Amino acid sequence: MGNKQTIFTAQQLDAYQDCTYFTRKEILRLFYRYRDLAPQLVPLDYTNHPDVKLPYELIGSMPELKDNPFRQRIAEVFSEDGEGNMTLDDFLDMFSVLSEMAPRDLKAYYAFKIYDFNNDDFICKSDLEKTLNKLTRNELTEDEVRMVCEKVIDEADLDNDGRLSLEDFQHMIVRAPDFLSTFHIRI
Amino acid sequence: MARNVNFDLSHPLMEAGLESPADEEGVHDSFQQLIAEHADNGAASSALELQQLQSDLVEESQDNIPLCGPEHEHRRQGASDLECDGGEREMDQIQGEGWSSDTLKILSSMPSRTIGRNRGAIISQYCNKTLKLRRRRQTRPSIRDFSPSSRPSIRSYGMEGDTIDAEVSKRERLVNNLQNLPVSDRVRMLRGMPLSVAEKKEIRNLVMQKEKRILSNKRLSCYSQLKYYIIIAARKSWYSWLSFLHSLQPWQTLLKRVSGRFGTGVLSYFLFLKTLVFFNVFLFLVTGAFLVLPQAVHPPDEATETRSFSGLELLTGAGSFSHTVMYYGYYTNYTLPRSSRGEGRGQNASALSSDSQQFSYNMPLAYFFTIGMAFFITCIILVYSMSKTFGRSFRINKSNSILTMKTFSSWDFKVIKKKSVQIMSENICTQLKVSMQTNMILVHIVDADWQECADLKHSLWSVSLPHTTLLLPPHQELLAELTQKNTKSTFCKRFCRQMVHGVAWTICIASTTGCMAGVYYFSEFIHKDLQQNYRKFEVYPLMKEARLLSLPTVVSLINLLLPALFNVVAWMEIYESPSVFAYVAIGRNLMLKTSMLGVLCFHWLGRVAPEYKSIGLTCWESFVGEELYRFLLMDFIFTLLDTLFGELLWRLFSEKVLKKKRKPVFDIARNVLDLIYGQTLAWLGVLFSPLLPAVQILKLFLVFYIKMSSVMMNCQAPRKPYRASQMTTIFITLLCIPSLLGASVCVTYTMWSITPSTSCGPFRGLSTMFKAGKHWMKILEKDNPKLSVLSKAHTYFVENPFFLFVGAGIFLIVIYFHSQVVDGQRKIISLLQDQIQNEGEDKKFLINQLQSVHKQKQDAGKRLKSQDSTC
Repeated sequence: MGNKQTIFTAQQLDAYQDCTYFTRKEILRLFYRYRDLAPQLVPLDYTNHPDVKLPYELIGSMPELKDNPFRQRIAEVFSEDGEGNMTLDDFLDMFSVLSEMAPRDLKAYYAFKIYDFNNDDFICKSDLEKTLNKLTRNELTEDEVRMVCEKVIDEADLDNDGRLSLEDFQHMIVRAPDFLSTFHIRI
Repeated sequence: MARNVNFDLSHPLMEAGLESPADEEGVHDSFQQLIAEHADNGAASSALELQQLQSDLVEESQDNIPLCGPEHEHRRQGASDLECDGGEREMDQIQGEGWSSDTLKILSSMPSRTIGRNRGAIISQYCNKTLKLRRRRQTRPSIRDFSPSSRPSIRSYGMEGDTIDAEVSKRERLVNNLQNLPVSDRVRMLRGMPLSVAEKKEIRNLVMQKEKRILSNKRLSCYSQLKYYIIIAARKSWYSWLSFLHSLQPWQTLLKRVSGRFGTGVLSYFLFLKTLVFFNVFLFLVTGAFLVLPQAVHPPDEATETRSFSGLELLTGAGSFSHTVMYYGYYTNYTLPRSSRGEGRGQNASALSSDSQQFSYNMPLAYFFTIGMAFFITCIILVYSMSKTFGRSFRINKSNSILTMKTFSSWDFKVIKKKSVQIMSENICTQLKVSMQTNMILVHIVDADWQECADLKHSLWSVSLPHTTLLLPPHQELLAELTQKNTKSTFCKRFCRQMVHGVAWTICIASTTGCMAGVYYFSEFIHKDLQQNYRKFEVYPLMKEARLLSLPTVVSLINLLLPALFNVVAWMEIYESPSVFAYVAIGRNLMLKTSMLGVLCFHWLGRVAPEYKSIGLTCWESFVGEELYRFLLMDFIFTLLDTLFGELLWRLFSEKVLKKKRKPVFDIARNVLDLIYGQTLAWLGVLFSPLLPAVQILKLFLVFYIKMSSVMMNCQAPRKPYRASQMTTIFITLLCIPSLLGASVCVTYTMWSITPSTSCGPFRGLSTMFKAGKHWMKILEKDNPKLSVLSKAHTYFVENPFFLFVGAGIFLIVIYFHSQVVDGQRKIISLLQDQIQNEGEDKKFLINQLQSVHKQKQDAGKRLKSQDSTC
């Protein structure tokens, strides 16, 4: 670990530690994970804030995300440009939210974003359909999907506007005990 | 509809209410936005008309808004129902037609909807949050340190629009607020903000700069400068401590691999194992530091017969091990660093000798307090973690949105193996189907459409047949109810099922009782055998030790075989829900294990302890320690065998002989119960063998690697959903209530009322271990008469049961108050939920008003236009 001073300055590491749920070691490990995706692109020296972005194809090929049906959404939500191309900051952000330490509210916020496919800040019927198809790998018939959608909106829509807002979603998540343990990726 | 509203205009409340929308920045913003958007549209031909409409709309809606809430309620109750009905009908009609784009715009720019929408909204939300937090901790920074703008003022809640300027000022405010928070809160806030890391870093930088500026501007007093540096240093060391802790966390990659393949369920077993390791490490550190180390540095000067190491010791724990720091008997009963050695054993107790002016260490007291404190702290940690998981997994209100939860929280993001991902999505698919069908049945039940119901249920069974245990409990319980409702005719069937349950329980209880009796008589037999033959055994110690192994072997065998029998019995039964099935299995296993441990404790404390001389022992505590060591070891060996035969060979058998593709599924519940059993043994043994936690740590490490490789090699991802958080709660509870509680009751009983061996151990010569404190007090008093007050206080406080009762009473009262508080919170939650529902209704009502007003204006505008054109 002799070279850890050369990657980040102490201030940078402190800033990362203050802004994510990671310790120094984890940040460095995540940096190496990030770098391993494209060793030729990512420099070993981050002290002068290089502007490096890894394309979605590389991010999505990580073993942690490779078989996840929501991988594209995850990458899109956490990337600054909204297209899944990630800087190191975005990368750290993603795993920080998905880490064990992140609180329920933060996780719920990003989960909501992930399930909101059309970025309109509501989970509407079309988002739900997409979610269900991804969850079940298109195993449900159209009728079934429609029924589940109706039922879900009926159950969770508190203000009766026919779609789920962030509030509705958070209200539901509070009562789902397993959410915290399932919305979690180990690195 | 608008007419409906207008008759309320005379109400006095309206005047006051007019102001209300302006208070809420968001509402105000939303209208501004609306206007802005309209202005954009104004490029079209009807610009003038639209502008007029906007102003009217704003006016009109401001008129309308105050009418919500109490007004609305009041009218509903007071006015004629007829009108109300009419209104609702109209509302439905409007809803059917769909809202106009303007209404939708207003709707989507409501303050509640804009939360989490754009960056500015997030920042302002957090601005408010930090402000709240700061108000709560107002005492911290002195007010003069604030720059004026950071003070909360009504002005800053002004009417600025959602422009860039506003965002900047909001951010300024957030930075200010953050800067005035204590460091820990600031970091917590910063981390919890749903902004990107780059943004957070920027905010953090601003805060730091500001802080620096303030620090350099003001000449700080020496004290606060010191404080500042201390805080910085503390934070630095805290981070490095965290880093260190993290590097200590063992098995990261292994855990990741197992969770990637099996998901949260199997992972919870390994996490449980990890917690047990931590408990044992704690116990080991405590006993090691306060008992083993001092004693090892100052070994007792008794002539110990040294036996050659034969290898069997590793199994029996006796032999050359029996006179080491491992067991109770080795520990001395005097104050440790003595300058003169070699006094007789008897009067060593009075060993606060005058020549030991140096640091002295009273072994009996140390022994007593170390064990006591270790148990106490373990208990506190356990109760704390138990309450935490309880809070997390059992929410106060019951949930009725099962399908939603299934959709949004059932995907396990940890799982990364392709095959497991596939299995998981199949699982979810089936669950969704089942829940849907159950829902439909419910609907038909309400309609009392029994025929439809029966059909649906048939199809439901066909869906769930391949995964019979897949059904979710709430649905299943529902279904069970339904079955009871509409199958009155099949009373006979139900009776049969009850009979089967009865038979199953009888078998389980009978076999458990049989085993209990068997162990009881077998231990008695061993005891008698020892009594008769102990002289013979003294010549052949190995034979005795080998014979002693038989009892742990028998018990471990029972522990291995009976759960299998229970499983067979459970196949016979039909349970409505898998959770009930799991609970019954856990209950039966628990029954078996507690009864076994009960018999054993009786054997040790009731049979061996009082008549230890008759079986040729000089130190019964060491003997019990050895026994516990043997039990722990046998438990480990049988776990190995179980893994080998139950998992590896079974997998090979089913693959090679039965030609099945399915691998066995890892039985989480049974394995966790085995761990709990082992842990109970370790806790029981701490008193008799202070190094037993070390043995347990070793055992757990080995079990971890063995189970890990076995699971990876032999098992497949579970096919039924596993409610990990709930199960974890149950396991932690079991670890606390029967396990730790039982162990501490036994240990307390031993300390309180059993006479320790007269010729070994730290408590020799005392009537009970508990007397050690009193004894020490007497010595102290004799040595130093000034301290007699202390001894009196000791007699008065410690030995008086009254204070014990008072303590227990206070404890109970605290618990009672807490439960009352929780009860109150539950009520408030249900009230708030109603309120949310009402708010939703109100919002809907308002939107409809808005819509209708808008429509009217539009119509009026059109009419005006047409009139114009005709003119």
